[in-house]
Amino acid sequence: MKEQLAKIRAEALAAMEAAQDSAALDALRVQYLGKKGELTAVLKMMGKLSPEERPAMGQLANEVRAALENALEEQGKKLEAQALDSRLKAEALDITIPGKTPRLGHRHPMYIALDEIKEIFIGMGFDVLDGPEIELASYNFDRLNADEGHPSRDWSDTFYFDTDSRVMLRSQTSPMQVRAMETRELPIRIIAPGRVYRKDEVDATHSPMFHQVEGMVIDKGVTMADLKGTLNAVVEHLYGKGTKTRFRPHHFPFTEPSCEMDVQCHKCGGVGCPTCKGEGWIELLGAGMIHPRVLEMSGIDPSVYSGWAFGMGLERTAMRRFKIADLRLIFENDMRFLEQF
Amino acid sequence: MLLSRKWLDEFVHVNANDKDFAEAMTLSGSKVEITEDLGAEISNVVVGKILSMERHPNSDHMWVCQIDVGKEEPVQIVTGAWNIHEGDLIPAALHKSTLPGGVKIEKGKLRGEVSNGMLCSLKELKLEERDFPYAVITPAALLNDYHPLDPAKPSIPADIRPGDKVFGPVVCARVEAVKRAGDGRWTCSLSYAEQDGPSGAVVTTPCSNLHAGDLVAFHTKEEKICTLEDLHAQQAEFPHCISDGIFVLQEDCKPGDDIKPVIGADDHVVEFEITPNRPDCLSVIGLAREAAATFHAPLTLHEPMVKGGAEGSLCDLLDVETPASDLVPRYTARMVRNVKIAPSPKWMRERLRASGVRPINNIVDITNYVMLEYGQPMHAFDYRYVQGGKIIVRRAQEGEELTTLDGKVHTLTANHLVIADETRAVGLAGIMGGLNSEIVADTADVVFESACFDGTCIRKGALALGMRTEASAKFEKGLDPLNTLPAVNRACELVELLGAGEVVDGVIDILNFVPQPRVLPLQPEKINALLGTDVPVAEMQSILRELGFGVDGEMITVPSWRGDVVGMADLAEEVARFHGYNKIPTTLMRGQTTRGGYTSEQKLENRLGELCRACGYDEIITYSFISPTCYDRIRWPEDDPRRVSFKILNPLGEDTSIMRTTVLPSMLEILTRNYNYRNKSVRLYEIGRIYLPGGEDGLAVENKVLSMGAYGEDMDFYALKGAVEAILTDIRAADIRFETPSQPNPSYHPGRVAEVYAGGCLLGVLGQIHPLVAQNYGVDAELYCAELSFEALFAAKGPDPEYVPLPRFPAVTRDIAVVCGEAVTVGALEACIRKGAKGLLKEVTLFDIYRGKGIAEGKKSVAFNLVLRSDDRSLTAEEADEDVKSILETLEKELGAVLR
Repeated sequence: MKEQLAKIRAEALAAMEAAQDSAALDALRVQYLGKKGELTAVLKMMGKLSPEERPAMGQLANEVRAALENALEEQGKKLEAQALDSRLKAEALDITIPGKTPRLGHRHPMYIALDEIKEIFIGMGFDVLDGPEIELASYNFDRLNADEGHPSRDWSDTFYFDTDSRVMLRSQTSPMQVRAMETRELPIRIIAPGRVYRKDEVDATHSPMFHQVEGMVIDKGVTMADLKGTLNAVVEHLYGKGTKTRFRPHHFPFTEPSCEMDVQCHKCGGVGCPTCKGEGWIELLGAGMIHPRVLEMSGIDPSVYSGWAFGMGLERTAMRRFKIADLRLIFENDMRFLEQF
Repeated sequence: MLLSRKWLDEFVHVNANDKDFAEAMTLSGSKVEITEDLGAEISNVVVGKILSMERHPNSDHMWVCQIDVGKEEPVQIVTGAWNIHEGDLIPAALHKSTLPGGVKIEKGKLRGEVSNGMLCSLKELKLEERDFPYAVITPAALLNDYHPLDPAKPSIPADIRPGDKVFGPVVCARVEAVKRAGDGRWTCSLSYAEQDGPSGAVVTTPCSNLHAGDLVAFHTKEEKICTLEDLHAQQAEFPHCISDGIFVLQEDCKPGDDIKPVIGADDHVVEFEITPNRPDCLSVIGLAREAAATFHAPLTLHEPMVKGGAEGSLCDLLDVETPASDLVPRYTARMVRNVKIAPSPKWMRERLRASGVRPINNIVDITNYVMLEYGQPMHAFDYRYVQGGKIIVRRAQEGEELTTLDGKVHTLTANHLVIADETRAVGLAGIMGGLNSEIVADTADVVFESACFDGTCIRKGALALGMRTEASAKFEKGLDPLNTLPAVNRACELVELLGAGEVVDGVIDILNFVPQPRVLPLQPEKINALLGTDVPVAEMQSILRELGFGVDGEMITVPSWRGDVVGMADLAEEVARFHGYNKIPTTLMRGQTTRGGYTSEQKLENRLGELCRACGYDEIITYSFISPTCYDRIRWPEDDPRRVSFKILNPLGEDTSIMRTTVLPSMLEILTRNYNYRNKSVRLYEIGRIYLPGGEDGLAVENKVLSMGAYGEDMDFYALKGAVEAILTDIRAADIRFETPSQPNPSYHPGRVAEVYAGGCLLGVLGQIHPLVAQNYGVDAELYCAELSFEALFAAKGPDPEYVPLPRFPAVTRDIAVVCGEAVTVGALEACIRKGAKGLLKEVTLFDIYRGKGIAEGKKSVAFNLVLRSDDRSLTAEEADEDVKSILETLEKELGAVLR
């Protein structure tokens, strides 16, 4: 019997190790350990042994059984691993085939530039205002100290809806200064982006409709130094820390003193190149301290309050930001252009 | 404004190169656009003197010249020009020299003869005859240069000899000798043989291309050497007898001198952008004042001195009346007699040219010179055409006609101001003189007008006539009335300096205003408070003093030319400009902090954009103005009230003439453009405005509309509807319904259009664009658009979500397919399913519509997935079946839909 067990053990272990798939292994389980299996058959003969032989033989038989079960499990695991391995191999993909991309839409570049500016100012406590584009000339001009006689009031420059030149398409976002002074509590910190209109034929740098953002602060003790500090901070947000700026005197009817702000040319670092037309600087925006008469006309006492304001063209900002060479692309809305942003 | 730095130097000496000058002036408020070194392109060009010239041995038209260029040895230069003679001073471009236009000159050989440079013409030095009128070349027709047009039929025989008749009294003559006669003329000894024997003549001629040995056509009766014109010859017949040639200098210069100062190319010109508040800076003196303050250099102004003494008394000669006194604050005039019209001197021409003004003649040039120097427009008119010796400055009569100097005839209105004599207008005040009183070659007596007119009147007048001139551009900004007298005196001084005439003593000066100097308190604390600086009072005073302000302690007198300075803020700007904008510190805002942020409308607008992009739609920006024909293209009826639009009275063109009351044409235009660009699949959106009449103050009601548009692969009604549904779901708009429009919408496909409602509120419309509309846009594809009112979307936006507990019990799902008539909509079936359910139905989802085999004609099979669930127990199959049974019964009863 002992020999029988040893033979079963040797044969079974060899067979199991040789099994190539789980079906073969299952067959071996039945062959040896099943109800009618070879080992089972040997065990059934245990009863025929003498009581002296039985314990030793029993132990041996159990050892063989354990060995077979263990081998079955081992080989099973091995086969499973092999099967998984070959399945994974079979399932391997060409990962260079393009993905199934959901098509996402694109923000228009002008609005990307505007969004950045809005975020910066909101972070500094500004509200964003919206106002009419069909505007009264009194808001667009008179209340901004640009009286009768001001050249921009000419019909050759501005679009009008009535022969009295009373209702017009706003030529700047600045009337929002007046509207804000009329409707808001002091202190005021607002920006007002939007469409503006001027009678310019379409070319690479002109469009009869474009966008500006106006900004205004009115409070007690506001200084030109504040204007510079705030706008410098904005420029650092937009163009990176350490961006150099300069302020040049200029003239706007509704600010005094007035200035224009230039940023140092990013292309040449101020040496002068075609991008900055050799000047080393690129004009960014116009600004100034709100003219006392403008404050007065809106019922704000200029001896108590002061303020600053700025206005900046958004298309130009976007064009500079994304190196867009022709303004017409902005309004053409060719999908191949829009997709790039 | 172009500024000659040489001219500037007369008033203030600034020791800075162009770059530093431009930067400093820009930073003190006079923005420099560009600077130009007039002689930048010219190098190694000197004055040369022609010592001798010989005909080129190997050429029929070139000369070999020996030129004294101020060195020990003369240089040899070969030229093809014929207008030069021994002794002439000419510009010589030497070996390794440069000329305007990037031209480089090097020595070389011309048909075997060494040429060490080039003699230059006016053109080669970028000059014009107007700059040097004396350099005009009148060529004679040289018979030895005759090239017949048709070699077979020459008009002049090739072997013509002196004495041969050319035609009529014109004979061939040989030039024996040429001598300078002065005044740009030449004395020629001619010899010609007539039948009687040899004969000769000595004539004076303006023709400069004559040299000994040349054959000319001599008109024996008129005693003149014929030009091409005299012979009725074409240029091609005399290819080298041309009015082009070397610039023969009549300047005070010697061989070897650098040519640049000789021709005025040693100047530098700076172009300024002058802001409209500073008309005083549209003058050399105004800019000199700014430069003096910028560089802290002394300003030297000049007091004009007029000798006068011409015959006659001004009072007898001229009378001035200003009935339109409200429009003429000041009218100043002087008279010049015995005028000799001539070109003005070189220095004046150079300065005018550097300033962008073409020289005309001495009197006109003087008026322009004074306008540039003083910023005061001047006008000169011929006294003999001032009828009755009377000048009347009045409003034009309605319909009065005047021909201006440019030859244009204008019909005037009472809004125009004219300069008139007793009978008629002789000039448009402040805009342009009249042709009837123009300065001409034989003008003898001249009236100089130096006036101050009302800016608005001039601006409107010029605008109405469409003739904005240099003068009107200055007047419209409002000029300094105290400037008229010095200006007119300066003009008279220049007349005397140029010897252009004799000035009559006295000045006519009519003042219709009371000069009132403006006095302002300095208020240094307020200025520093506004600027955020601590500029000392002394610095403020010194800045203002340098700018010509009267400074008496803290009382500041504003100079008459600074009409723009009216208050503390203006003084602050002056201080800031010269203290330096860039020296103002940078501080961050102080004071009460404000919160800042987006309003809920703005947040929704941002969110809608994000959602559109998440759905694959690109953002576009379209013009707010459209063509009125757009309404036809989208098939709105003629009488559609929505066609009432804000109409621009002065549009750029018809296409941009009305403010849109619908965004549809804008979207269709962009879709069309992309379609024409062959972009295959396009999805676009815009949150744009429409402009409806009826707002406050006569303004518009400007409503925002979310417009979406698409075409191409995977695009159909349901794709667009799905995107709209996704957006509405995200903003939690409740009770969304899609309905067929109650009124037909002519822009959309009648069977593929839906109005979207949130409860009772109409959000907008979506669907396929009507094929006829697509056809109107030239698009042969299915276009899809949605127009959703932003205001309605904002109103429909749901509140923040409230958490609903997740289901604790499992759901039972059942699929049903029912067969119904084609007319029964999925919407009706769904509603019916919900109605038939007994409270366990949680979800109904359409998953199939089938027509064809097994389904009768005119019927369809519609399959739904139903999810049934209870919140308080696990459902049994029986319970679920009972609900489904009820649903099926209802479907059959109400819609005739039976289980398949």
